[in-house]
Amino acid sequence: MNSKLAGVVAALALVLVACGSGQEGPAGGGATPDAAAVIEIGSLYEPQNLDNTAGGGQGVTEAFNGNVYEGLFRLTDAGKVDNLLAKEYAVSDDGLTYTFELRDGVTFHSGKALTAADVKHSIERVTADDSQSARKSNLEVIESVEAPDDGTVVVKLAHRSVSLVYNLTYVWIVNAGAKDLATAEDGTGPYTLGAWKRGSTLSLDRFPGYWGTPPANGGVVFHYFTDATALNNALLTNAVDIVTSQQSPDALEQFTGNPDYKVSEGHSTTKLLLAFNDRRAPFDKPLVRKAVSSAIDDAKLLESIWAGHGSLIGSMVPPTDPWYEDLTKVNPYDVELAKRQLAQAGYAKGLRFTLDTPSYDPHPTAAAFIKSELAKVGITVDINVITADEWYSKVYKNHDFAATLQEHVNDRDVVWYGDPGFYWGYDDEQVSEWIKDAERARTPEEQTELLKKANRRIAENAASDWLYLYPQIVVAASNLSGYPVNGLNSQFYAYGIKKS
Amino acid sequence: MGRYLLRRTAFLLASLLLAASLLFVLLRLLPGDPANALVSVGATPEQLAAARRQLGSDLPLPQQFASWLGGLARLDLGTSFVSKLPVGSEIAARLNVTVPLTLLAFVLAVVVALPVGFLAAWRSDRWYGPLLNGVAQLGVAVPVFWIGMLLVTVFALRLRVLPAGGFPREDWAEPGRALTSLLLPVVTIALVMSASLIRYVRSATVDVLGSDFLRTARAMGESFGCAMWRHGLRNASVPVISILGIELATTFLGAVVVESVFTLPGLGTLLVEGISEHDYPVIQGVLVVSTLAVLLIGFAADVVQRLVDPRLRAHVGGGRS
Repeated sequence: MNSKLAGVVAALALVLVACGSGQEGPAGGGATPDAAAVIEIGSLYEPQNLDNTAGGGQGVTEAFNGNVYEGLFRLTDAGKVDNLLAKEYAVSDDGLTYTFELRDGVTFHSGKALTAADVKHSIERVTADDSQSARKSNLEVIESVEAPDDGTVVVKLAHRSVSLVYNLTYVWIVNAGAKDLATAEDGTGPYTLGAWKRGSTLSLDRFPGYWGTPPANGGVVFHYFTDATALNNALLTNAVDIVTSQQSPDALEQFTGNPDYKVSEGHSTTKLLLAFNDRRAPFDKPLVRKAVSSAIDDAKLLESIWAGHGSLIGSMVPPTDPWYEDLTKVNPYDVELAKRQLAQAGYAKGLRFTLDTPSYDPHPTAAAFIKSELAKVGITVDINVITADEWYSKVYKNHDFAATLQEHVNDRDVVWYGDPGFYWGYDDEQVSEWIKDAERARTPEEQTELLKKANRRIAENAASDWLYLYPQIVVAASNLSGYPVNGLNSQFYAYGIKKS
Repeated sequence: MGRYLLRRTAFLLASLLLAASLLFVLLRLLPGDPANALVSVGATPEQLAAARRQLGSDLPLPQQFASWLGGLARLDLGTSFVSKLPVGSEIAARLNVTVPLTLLAFVLAVVVALPVGFLAAWRSDRWYGPLLNGVAQLGVAVPVFWIGMLLVTVFALRLRVLPAGGFPREDWAEPGRALTSLLLPVVTIALVMSASLIRYVRSATVDVLGSDFLRTARAMGESFGCAMWRHGLRNASVPVISILGIELATTFLGAVVVESVFTLPGLGTLLVEGISEHDYPVIQGVLVVSTLAVLLIGFAADVVQRLVDPRLRAHVGGGRS
């Protein structure tokens, strides 16, 4: 009886301590943050469903990553990998066995305690045959996942994988017994799902049993919009406090000069590509691809679409990837050079190709610009506008295209140039080998060295034309602080946001 | 009348079945693949095949059709390919917005259009008769989204008296807030709808004003008001009622434009999302429900017309119903 009482007292003390740590001092602005305030978030990316292994898409990553579900590791907004549900881990000398020790005292929203069996189940969900996870192929190196006891997970690999820990940042740890994860959730994060009203809002409530620092706010509501103008109107009328990713450059002006709002430009990983079908004439010739790259004034395109925001990178690797290098000089904007290269490749009289252009912004604008730029070197572009759905069938699946425009959102995705079966069909044994070796490298330094080489080589061969890197612009009411500004991999950690 | 109603109901069900079969077939003829909505850049061909198996979109068409019709007979519209939510409840949630939006706009439009249209015809010799008619013409020519954006700019962004869009999370639990968020969309639709209604009401009234029966009624000593009330309005209303039915149906289907301007989670936006994702169960569900709504509206307009005009009853029912 007494020991029970002692337990209750101890638990109460813990609750009090937890409450104490939740009340932090005033924010930098001087106003006192309101820990009960609900943050209204405006976004263009509504989840398709709530399962990131069943086609939930970018929206569910934004709403749930780190907020509702947690991984063994967390990718911070600055791009660093921190331990999260894994307290610590060890790697065997041959690099093939990873032993993860789980954090104690973690419970799912349903009340069940986290065990190694849940972690095993969660990893196997991503690698399963019917998984729709975009990152499934990154984890194919995993041969087995074992749970020798409740607190330990052992992962065995087929070969070394230097990115394994990074790749585990987007594997959600779910309750192995949970059902219907496409419409419900059972994670360990600081928030639980309140209600999802499809087509309108998704709310997250504080999870009182959270193991870590409780959220700095009383909950969040994501408001979904299909139109950037409507989203900006909502921000202007205080219907939302923050916009996760500003996609309407024209609208920025009304916020930049206004003391009621803060505009921050962070790092994005979204690249706009003019992707050639490297298998087919005329783009099977590197010279033709280089000529096209040199004939297009990327700086002018970026200026006309984003008015000074965003940046040119000249390759597939954004500055937030460790193997970034400024390669904008490799295929400089030079119309005369482009003409010479075309002549050298046997197209002195010019050529004609069809550009498959996704129907949504900014692709049609970019296509029109490319058409007028290429006309100057004698290339005729036929613009063929297609829906996202057609793009997947025609371009991605059937490789039935000459060139296409597409935005590629993920970081560390230069590795697709090592896969000749990928939609653009870049087939270069040397690059494939470097990319394969990079993943099997012993150290991150070795990996960085190899991927730099691969990246330089694809730029020299103009495997694609990397038009520009999108800006990542967050606009928020000025009484808000603690929000992520980079949103790497479409994440949007909401637990740190304070409203005063 | 009883036999007429029975026949009309049978006709309604047959039309619905025919429409459902047609749209099932037509949807399958469209190029594209529902599995595409579930994958993203990085997916392998095996993953695409697995997605198709999961959705059942790799099954033979007759089998898919039979299972869908079977569900329909049990009032089960199936599960969305993409959101994995039951289509029936998704549609019900959207009707919560679209039905009040359409009906309120309809009532407002009728309340405005009837007197204005009548006035435009009756006072066509005064300066404001042609003016009202001209304004109505202009209203027909202006696109509905433009009116919506104008109202947002004035009332939401400048005056800040009404929300720029959205619908409360609590739905109709707080009717005041729900109505506030529907106010601008309702006015937008009503403006456009009344513009075209005014023209129909006006021309129907002009016909009646010049008719022999009205002149005869006046000659027999009835006052203008009395003659108009007993004979004029009744005659003028017959063509107007069928137009009202058509207008109501078009507004219900066309609400999508206004819904997207005001970010309302209505039926139209659900349909647009469904189409872009090849989400067959959602598209089919929305179209079956809207077909049913349109058929019911037509049905109601027919019945009201027969009640108003005894000649229709005599003609169709052979004088005995």
